[in-house]
Amino acid sequence: MDYDHIIVRYGELALKGRNRKIFTNKLHENVARKLKDHAKIKIKKTRDRMYIILNGEDPNPIIDKCKVIFGIQSLSVAIKVENDPDKIKESALFALREAEKVKTFKITAKRVDKNFPIGSQEFNHVVGGYILSSTTGYTVDVHNPDIELHIEIRNEATYITSKRILGAGGLPVGSSGKTLLLLSGGIDSPVAGYLAMKRGVQIEAIHFHSPPYTSDRAKQKVFDLAEKLTNYGDKIKIHVVPFTKLQQKIHRDIPYGYSMTVMRRMMMKISEQIARNEGILSLTTGESLGQVASQTMESMHAINEVTNYPIIRPLITMDKTEIMHISENINAYEISIRPYEDCCTVFVPASPKTKPKTDKVVYFESNYDYQEEIEEAIKNKETVEITQENNMENEFIDLL
Amino acid sequence: MIYLDNSATTRPYSEVIDTFKQVSEKFYGNPSSIHRFGNEAERLLIKAKQQASNLLEVSENEIVFTSGGTEGNNTAIKGIAFAHQNRGKHIITSQIEHPSVLETCKALENIGYIVTYLPVNSHGVVSVEDVEAAITKETILISIMHVNNELGSIQPIEAIGSIAKKHPKLFFHVDHVQGFGKIPLKLQDSGIDMCTVSGHKINGLKGTGLLYIKKKTKLFPLLHGGNQEIGYRSGTENLAGIVSLVKAIRLNLEKQNSDCEKLIQLNKELRKCLETIKGIVINTPTNGAHHILNFSIPGYKPEVIIHALGEKGIYISTKSACSSKQPDKSTILAACGLSDEVSKSALRVSLSFENNLDDIDKFCTSLDTVIKQLSEVMG
Repeated sequence: MDYDHIIVRYGELALKGRNRKIFTNKLHENVARKLKDHAKIKIKKTRDRMYIILNGEDPNPIIDKCKVIFGIQSLSVAIKVENDPDKIKESALFALREAEKVKTFKITAKRVDKNFPIGSQEFNHVVGGYILSSTTGYTVDVHNPDIELHIEIRNEATYITSKRILGAGGLPVGSSGKTLLLLSGGIDSPVAGYLAMKRGVQIEAIHFHSPPYTSDRAKQKVFDLAEKLTNYGDKIKIHVVPFTKLQQKIHRDIPYGYSMTVMRRMMMKISEQIARNEGILSLTTGESLGQVASQTMESMHAINEVTNYPIIRPLITMDKTEIMHISENINAYEISIRPYEDCCTVFVPASPKTKPKTDKVVYFESNYDYQEEIEEAIKNKETVEITQENNMENEFIDLL
Repeated sequence: MIYLDNSATTRPYSEVIDTFKQVSEKFYGNPSSIHRFGNEAERLLIKAKQQASNLLEVSENEIVFTSGGTEGNNTAIKGIAFAHQNRGKHIITSQIEHPSVLETCKALENIGYIVTYLPVNSHGVVSVEDVEAAITKETILISIMHVNNELGSIQPIEAIGSIAKKHPKLFFHVDHVQGFGKIPLKLQDSGIDMCTVSGHKINGLKGTGLLYIKKKTKLFPLLHGGNQEIGYRSGTENLAGIVSLVKAIRLNLEKQNSDCEKLIQLNKELRKCLETIKGIVINTPTNGAHHILNFSIPGYKPEVIIHALGEKGIYISTKSACSSKQPDKSTILAACGLSDEVSKSALRVSLSFENNLDDIDKFCTSLDTVIKQLSEVMG
């Protein structure tokens, strides 16, 4: 006898009425992709939960992988047996003995299958009594047990579990459409991407690259950050947009204090255009209110004015410390703090306007035409697909 | 040749040498150079660090590449001693540590530190209670090895780690040079703050190694300069050595998973053979590491046995290679309370995943013959 199943309980998607199938199918797809290296397992989805049939595989690495999949509320390893009181008793005893450092226990039976001859309450006593008479050193404690053995007697079979491992919550990535994430290489934007993914959004990313002012290292950093995000979903497409020409032109044309605002507006215009081309319906940024000059209320108003696309700003009300905490949890922090210049830091004036006036920005811009540069930047973009495997060059794989 | 001195050093895997050669040829840029060629080298360095951190199940910024075991142990012990001397000047270690720990501690004693050298029992194991009892308000560091290099005894690192956790003001360093790749040791959440690994003991190259330094551990660096390795160890990175080390670690951990049983089998066979030879006393406890077997042949000078076996192309050692140039008895065996006779005549066989049953058989037969011949001469 051994733990032979993992029960995967759905998060709030269990509440989704008629669209539920979209969510469960997506979750199934995501779990199957994440576990593709475990050849022996089988995944069975039912209406309210999923079962991973282990077929002899070690459950621990599988649980670790599932813990980061959005749309999962909790996980438990389980023993599956027939709805036979004796077999259930045996399995419960096994589960108790498997647990380490346990002295007190509690049995919680739940009878879904009403054909099962013994009621839940009574069955608690039957199993508890059997365990007490077959062991020494264990006692029952219904209030504060070291271990709570759950016995779920369902129509098709009975599942015995002892521990609930918390899942990542959220919605399955891909079930809420797609967004274009403005990924800079700093601390905030990867966290914003992660949080959007948590609500089921699939990510494509756009990065503005200004060679020779920004280096290959800065670009690589963005790829490495995207790779960390692939851990929570599927592969991520990154559009690297050459931004130097446009930046130089803005630098030349626009009064110093306003150049940053105009640059951000250009970024938004380009992002919207690429989103449109890719059939993406929203943009996502790592903006946090008041954090820097471009993220004041006035700045956001002036920048936002160029697009009608919804802009998802998951960090808008978060403190820097909260953002850093998430960044560390998703292992992005160490990459984000690599000290390379990105395009936003290169041409930034010493004191950008923190309260730019939208009409003034529009006026300054109206003296020049940026359309040609915008189109050229979009035309010359480089698109890279980041998966967990391909970010490590082959020559490196051989070496390591 | 039958090589049974793997605790002194190991044969580098040919894959490891290939890696060293390729990296030396293709990625000789300085990872700190800002041009593209330097960037390539830096990316390889980052990948190597990522791979190492995955293999050791720690985070990327917790790995510092070093030149080997001695540097790792020195960095950890002096680094804590110098950085935290205002907190206290007391260090706890054991009597059976490697010279790179013991001599470092002695040197610190000369400049005003106080060191407790804990004794070991007859099996060469430190008592957890002794460790706990030795802790004072002044204690800033506990440094205990995982597997002893001469005897193969395994120290209760997990238990000492839980004690260290209860004393957040002191640090816990583990010399894991002999244990790595053979006897698993969990680093994450173990109470361990620093852990030394050496490359050439795990089929890597000399001059390579790493020190695990838990996040937020403040050390006074041995080497100041360009702040490479998160400032813990300045000096242009030995990229070829680093990448080859990470490869050696990967190959070794793979072997540990697949061939651990084989090593246990070899150890059993070795013990069985030695037990049949008259006059041999086995010193390594049965619960010791399975790749090290220490035994004595009282009445025989160990050097003579080594040379006699050497003539047959079989290589084992007396005590540890690092201290075998010092005369007389093994201080480690003496610390276990073994008699002078036994401590003076100790020999060590140390195995790697490359050895096989045939090696053991040939060694035992040859040893038997050697002893018989010598006893005739001496008798």
